Amino acid sequence: MNWNTLLLMRQELVLTTVILILLVVDVIVKNKKSLNIIAILLFGIYTILGFFPSGNNELFGGMYKNTELIFAFKNILNIGVFLITMISVSWVNKKMLPLNKVAEFYALMFSSYLGMLFMISAGHFLMLYIGLELATLPVTALASYDMFNRKSSESGIKLLLSAAFSSGIFLFGISMIYATGGSLYFNSIYGNIAISYLSIMGLFMIFAGLAFKISLVPFHFWTADVYEGAPTPVASYLSVISKGAAVFVLMILLFKVFSNFIDLWIYLLYGISILTMFIGNFFAIRQTNMQRFLAFSSVAQAGFILLGFLSADQVAVSAVVYFIAIYVLSNILVFAAVQSIGLASNKYNIEDYNGLYRTNPLISIALMFGLFSLAGIPPIAGFFGKFFLYTAAASKGFYLLVFIAVVNVTISLYYYLIVVRAAWLRKSDNPIQFYKSDIFMKISLVIVSTALLVLGLFSPFYEYIFSISNI
Amino acid sequence: MILGVSIYEILTVSTIIFFIGVYGFFTRKNLIAMLMSIELILNSSVLNFVVINKYLFPQSIDGNIFSLFIIAIAAAETALALAIIINLYRLIMSLKTEEIETMKN
Repeated sequence: MNWNTLLLMRQELVLTTVILILLVVDVIVKNKKSLNIIAILLFGIYTILGFFPSGNNELFGGMYKNTELIFAFKNILNIGVFLITMISVSWVNKKMLPLNKVAEFYALMFSSYLGMLFMISAGHFLMLYIGLELATLPVTALASYDMFNRKSSESGIKLLLSAAFSSGIFLFGISMIYATGGSLYFNSIYGNIAISYLSIMGLFMIFAGLAFKISLVPFHFWTADVYEGAPTPVASYLSVISKGAAVFVLMILLFKVFSNFIDLWIYLLYGISILTMFIGNFFAIRQTNMQRFLAFSSVAQAGFILLGFLSADQVAVSAVVYFIAIYVLSNILVFAAVQSIGLASNKYNIEDYNGLYRTNPLISIALMFGLFSLAGIPPIAGFFGKFFLYTAAASKGFYLLVFIAVVNVTISLYYYLIVVRAAWLRKSDNPIQFYKSDIFMKISLVIVSTALLVLGLFSPFYEYIFSISNI
Repeated sequence: MILGVSIYEILTVSTIIFFIGVYGFFTRKNLIAMLMSIELILNSSVLNFVVINKYLFPQSIDGNIFSLFIIAIAAAETALALAIIINLYRLIMSLKTEEIETMKN
């Protein structure tokens, strides 16, 4: 190994350095408020470094691999984490500055993201497992970060127990695949694995372990409680970055390692996709708490993502990656709006948003953009994300499923519009007072809103993703 | 190889341990007991890895190394879980799941 091959994993190395610098700076710096800016600056430098092109190669005998697609996907997630870092500043300043726990928050978030980077480029089940655990454990610490809040601790322990349970199932599945395939490298399992009861069982258990992370329906029960109790930036991190990385890993596993089993998993995904869409949507309708509502909406969105998996070719990969890129932006926008309102007024219920437009017009425009993008209303990018997912499913003749998905989009439009109606049309005697967000929140809201508008009209982005989409 | 013990017997034991863990995770009402059930699940897969490595693929050590990593990560998981449980106990003076649960559908 020489320096050139080591440069292939420079994103991970730079991020590790960022975490270490952050921990050291925490000891040196007296003014703890400036740690926010240092964290944003360091992560910004890291994000910019990620845009320099990188080669396609493998490291450590195939344990770590990097392709153009993986690199582009990491960049999408980098931008997502950067935006979440910006929106979490106001929360950290309000809740954690008095307790003097600023730097740890960012260090934990970045180390969880480091785990996701390793997970995405894994070429070996050991790397995948370690990445998955490194991605999960710091998030559980973050979810229970609000120490004196009972709900936060409750959501932390729920997330930890369900994540540990799911990784136990995941491991048992890996051991079965190890028994049938004889190796743990993705490349050597790919050709060697035969279809038998043992390997099918292993596939299902690995799928179940990842489905916990993506919160597909039989394994979604932790989602709502964790999102409601966790601090809002952590909930947005969980719903966006954690889910996106797990979807990407599931895609690599199903399309590459388990491509022999395609007749099997395609119907598994077919059923789970329908279940996930319906249950996510119908539970979302009856929610009153905004974070809980977004939890079920993200469950429903996971069902839509599975739709794209069904064609299992280049179209599927590009549709899923494009949808995740749009989903990251739109969900962050909604969570940012919810967080800024929640911090200013401590109100998290949908009916509290009545009359928001009259007192805070700009934030309600941002909220509307995000919700319309999640619902998939044409000029905004979310529509195209859903459109490509339908194309992927329809290209293999799953017309009934596409029809069911369109029905579900209509249902989801109903509950997204409930929130928009509360903010824009309803009047309230006791509306949320006018407030000013801090500068980072403003910048991220503006960036995301414009990005959503631009990406909806700018087709080269999709063409670029399509051109690099081969797993 | 252990004389007189076939791979089927050991895999049966590890599967039984796995399902004891799953059963315990769903039925126990105490957080520490749930944590113990998760440890059982993880240990059953450790046993699986070691046995499969020893009986089926003795020329490599993939499974043994994997089991070492599982043990280390399980310890980290337990430490974090205990930290959160202690914090929760300070807040509500209980470890029963029904007393902890405030958020429901």
